[in-house]
Amino acid sequence: MIDKRVGSLAEAVEGIQDGATVLVGGFGDSGVPVELCHALLDRGTTDLTIVTNNAGAGESDVAALIRERRVRKIICSYPRSMGSIWFEERWRAGEIELELVPQGTLSERMRAAAAGLGGFFTPTGADTLLAEGKEVRMIDGRRHVFEEPLPGDVALVKAARADRWGNLVYRTAARNYGPTMAAAGALTIVQVDEFVELGTLDPESVVTPGIYVDRVVRVPGTGREEAA
Amino acid sequence: MTLSVQPLTDTAIARRVAADIPDGSYVNLGIGMPTLVADAVDPGKEIIYHSENGILGMGPAPEPGQENRELINAGKQPVTLLPGGSYFHHTDAFMMMRGGHIDVTVLGAFQVSERGDLANWRTDDVLHPPAVGGAMDLAVGAKRVLVMTLHTTRDGRPKLLPRCTYPLTAAGVVDRVYTDLAVLDVTPAGFLVRELAPGLTPEELQHRTAAQLTFADDVRELET
Repeated sequence: MIDKRVGSLAEAVEGIQDGATVLVGGFGDSGVPVELCHALLDRGTTDLTIVTNNAGAGESDVAALIRERRVRKIICSYPRSMGSIWFEERWRAGEIELELVPQGTLSERMRAAAAGLGGFFTPTGADTLLAEGKEVRMIDGRRHVFEEPLPGDVALVKAARADRWGNLVYRTAARNYGPTMAAAGALTIVQVDEFVELGTLDPESVVTPGIYVDRVVRVPGTGREEAA
Repeated sequence: MTLSVQPLTDTAIARRVAADIPDGSYVNLGIGMPTLVADAVDPGKEIIYHSENGILGMGPAPEPGQENRELINAGKQPVTLLPGGSYFHHTDAFMMMRGGHIDVTVLGAFQVSERGDLANWRTDDVLHPPAVGGAMDLAVGAKRVLVMTLHTTRDGRPKLLPRCTYPLTAAGVVDRVYTDLAVLDVTPAGFLVRELAPGLTPEELQHRTAAQLTFADDVRELET
């Protein structure tokens, strides 16, 4: 019998090692696995490399991990959101390493890892600072930059609903990085608003099949309920 | 002479950009001034707006009290979904941008060079961390790249240059530039001026532009 549901946030983040590379879903405030980040904070895990779109804002989730000096390096595309004060403070002090990646390249590098690819060539970033030190190849008369795959030891994702096999559906634009990160994490942990019985998710509409998911934990009451 | 010049308002620039977007286009509007274009498009046209966080068929801002904090655009502002719209995940959203599926993108700019190089993600500010977002993906991947910007910086320095001095977003990608003073095409021979703000002479425009300009035979006057 397969049952990926766990009973608590502490159980959900069990076994995450110091030094891990952790993929954290979300775009702005949408789809961020806030409570899983806080569970990781409570666990005391440190020396993390965090892969995420923004660098956190305010005192919550990724910003809280940065504030508490748990993050050695961040790999992201846009670390200058409104209220990203903790990242900026640590960055100015030279206490956190930043690897800046064009957003589509960030997502595609994780997808490449999930798909077992050894990287890819893309014109995005060619002739810019973000291609420095990278292999360049002419393909169809255009300069392409080689980008490496970006796997996670762990992925923290937020979805709307899950069944015990770990099949997931999301809500509106909160889906964002979830499906890619779920597939790119060696240990994928998902927080959902609601557990549903096996067989109730429409198989035509399952967005992340459970094969990518290791643990699901219920954290109700975040976000708006799905209209449908 | 300068007193007679009527620079376009941001809204008027947006109207001019909107007039060039064909009915039925898939469009991605950059953050900032380009977002004004959506309101300026002729309601008779059906335009499908794309957002990098996984939305096609994005609608306008919701009524107050109807905001859904999960349903936001690239600038993190609440939006709506039109009938026929769809959600998809980030990698698919960028596949649309990077794979040449977006017909038109409208982007802001710090600088544009006469070769169509775009600089719009980073200045020489070293006090703040650099941030790029989806700018490079859009600039490289959209079929047509339109730039919407004021002609000079707030303190009067030219933004249209022989070469960009700020770090590039992408090289040789800009098709057309819309400013408060002119509409210019990027051609193999550099900037070609198509339209001028009312009261502005070619000499005055050249004076505010670092790149060498050429002027079309039939330069038209912009509507303010």
